[in-house]
Amino acid sequence: MAGLAQDAGVVLRLDGITKRFGALTANGDVSLDLKRGEILALLGENGAGKTTLMNILFGHYVADEGRVMVSPDGTGLSELEPGSPHAALQAGIGMVHQHFTLAENLSALDNILLGTERLAALSSSRAPARRKLEELMARSGLTVSLDARISQLSVGEKQRVEILKALYRDARVLVLDEPTAVLTPQESDTLFATLKKLADDGLGIIFISHKLAEVLASSHRVAVLRGGRKVADLPTAECDRRKLAELMVGHAIVETMRSPGSPGAPLFVLNKASAGHGRDALRDVDLTLRSGEILGIAGVSGNGQTTLARVISGLEPLTHGSMTLEGKAIGQASARAMIDNGLARIPEDRHHDGIVGAMSVSENLAIESIRKPENQRLGLLRFSAMRERARNLIKAYDIRCQSEDSPARLLSGGNIQKIVLARTLETVPKVVLAAQPSRGLDVGATSDVHKRLLAARDRGAGVILISEDLDELMRLSDRIAVIHRGHLSEADPSDTLDRGSLGLRMAGHNAEDAA
Amino acid sequence: MTDILDILISANFWAAALRIATPLIFGVIGALVCERAGVLNLGIEGIFTAGAMAGWMAVWLGAGLWGGVLVAAMAGAFFGLIHAILTVPLGLSQHVSGIGVTLFATSLSYFIYRTALPDVSSPPRIEAFKPLDIPGLSDLPFLGPALFQQTPLTFLALLLVAVTAYVLYRTPLGLAIQAVGDNPAAVESQGLSVYAIRIGTVVAGSAIMALGGAFLTMSAFDAFFFGMVNGRGWICIALTVFASWRPGKALIGALLFGAFDAFQVRLQTEVGSFIPGQVFLMMPYLLSIAALIVVARRADYPRALLVPYFRGQR
Repeated sequence: MAGLAQDAGVVLRLDGITKRFGALTANGDVSLDLKRGEILALLGENGAGKTTLMNILFGHYVADEGRVMVSPDGTGLSELEPGSPHAALQAGIGMVHQHFTLAENLSALDNILLGTERLAALSSSRAPARRKLEELMARSGLTVSLDARISQLSVGEKQRVEILKALYRDARVLVLDEPTAVLTPQESDTLFATLKKLADDGLGIIFISHKLAEVLASSHRVAVLRGGRKVADLPTAECDRRKLAELMVGHAIVETMRSPGSPGAPLFVLNKASAGHGRDALRDVDLTLRSGEILGIAGVSGNGQTTLARVISGLEPLTHGSMTLEGKAIGQASARAMIDNGLARIPEDRHHDGIVGAMSVSENLAIESIRKPENQRLGLLRFSAMRERARNLIKAYDIRCQSEDSPARLLSGGNIQKIVLARTLETVPKVVLAAQPSRGLDVGATSDVHKRLLAARDRGAGVILISEDLDELMRLSDRIAVIHRGHLSEADPSDTLDRGSLGLRMAGHNAEDAA
Repeated sequence: MTDILDILISANFWAAALRIATPLIFGVIGALVCERAGVLNLGIEGIFTAGAMAGWMAVWLGAGLWGGVLVAAMAGAFFGLIHAILTVPLGLSQHVSGIGVTLFATSLSYFIYRTALPDVSSPPRIEAFKPLDIPGLSDLPFLGPALFQQTPLTFLALLLVAVTAYVLYRTPLGLAIQAVGDNPAAVESQGLSVYAIRIGTVVAGSAIMALGGAFLTMSAFDAFFFGMVNGRGWICIALTVFASWRPGKALIGALLFGAFDAFQVRLQTEVGSFIPGQVFLMMPYLLSIAALIVVARRADYPRALLVPYFRGQR
């Protein structure tokens, strides 16, 4: 097999990989080649089978069909023993998982050393390992303090330790699963610069992503997975944003366009409102939300958005000022009172605050209206009615789950958000509070969220959209206010604003400077 | 007051403290090793009993004293293996399995003892370990009687503390044990087997625990009685937390408990006439609870303790 022209430079080949979980085909006949020195982006929406494919490659799962071929020494390809991370490591495959696989109680050095020495060895030879690592760090630019305990390192440093783990074992193929999900934009830039350098030195790199911008900026080739199948494999130079998005989603993406709203009377008003303390406190905030409009709140995270959302949700009392809904003052608010008043809360941390993971999808859909007669009779829950309604909502909101009885934690982030949307918007709320509603979601799920918010607005609800994504704010909001150090600016019509002036205001310059 | 000082500076007192501490040292080191790998071993109380019975019976049946120690360790390893299989690959509740192992090991030990000796009224005695007389060292003032008139098992216990610390902090195996108790995925992603390391560690830790039981029948006493373990295993579980899972601190904790216990016996004879004896018996336990409250709030729990690992599950 060695010496065939098409094999030249191929360090890794996936050949017809198929993997099924019950009725679900996570990967269907996927074939892929990776060449020496190449950066391959594996693009796909959440649940497209990217991570499953890489877990098969690394031996966490065994494929039902197909095989993984590697070229450990740069010559011929040979089949990799399935289901053995040990074999994958031996063959020079290094993997950086999305959730880091580091022992927090050990030093960076010890984490890298783990498993590289015979377990029966009488002592760990740290000195030669340190020398090799220092050389590696100098060459790759991946610097970490080797003696620091992992628990003391930042997320970016932990990721560098993970990459060093692979390099220390002389990996020839490096796989990174969503490497930028946890990084700041600056850290991401540094990461990709490092990956370029490593690829130039001959490493083959696969990175999994659903972010189009980084795929376009940093890869040589893109393979697109959709529904577990490879639908495209082409040089990045031949791609553009629109084309990749369409390949990924499977149909043309219609960017959600806002038609001008028809705002009505003031619906929800904050008057000189202060709450919380410390960095995220809210100071002297005036806010007027009218019915039939989307009011965007822009700002760098940690400037009071969280407190604002908690106040509106009824989770945090005001220390000063007042809050009125439809002209009626809301005194000591509670979360329950706010929901009964017609608030739909789409929380920022949907896994933690949006659902109860251990409870079923149908229970999660009913959880905010558990005292309503349609869900209980004489204090006993009406499970069959809840299930029936859940089945309808699952259909209407396209929630992908095995059944209404499966635990909500098993769903992907996008589908969890759909549960939250279905639960809150189905009650025909007066006020919708959407905090970072599309954070971490893929293109398809994001556009779904946007459509739902616009629909709620057109129905006459007032929507408060708190977001860090300026594109999202500009696209959806009728008016935008900027929050900085707990102060909220006057809300201006979004047609009169541009990204530049918003950015300046988010950094703390006032409107006159920015104009 | 001077009486109390007299107690504290007597070599005799410290010799007793070390003697009382010895089974606890074995127990706490064994428990600590298991928990470092992420497995709580509540089988310890039963494993103590099994070690005590098995070691004693082996000697009674004609094996040498060290042969008896080996048999005790093997008995501990056997029950450790049961616990490990139930909790590691099968992922059952570590509490339930541990209590089950304690009940099983205790009852089985009593059963074998009764079956082998159905008619005896007073437990048969064996020729137990003798204090190790080291010429020169044993004659040192104070230190000699306190340290160097202990039986070989006490020295084995002290040696074990050093060996455990070395293995845990200085060898590849120790790194793997520490890592598997913190984040099993870290171990698996480096090509090691989580199950093999956990099972091996629990088996080894249980063998060490059993030596604590063996000390009771082969060194502290020379016979096996029902109920002789008397909660020592549970004390070791508490001492593990006190020690923050560090072998050196585990030694200090065991010695501290031994000292409390030796102290209360002596205090009882000094002032026992007007305070009920039970108050003194309570003292070491009360003091360990107090020490635990002070220390345990800062305790650095192994993050994966009690958490079963299933491959491929995120």
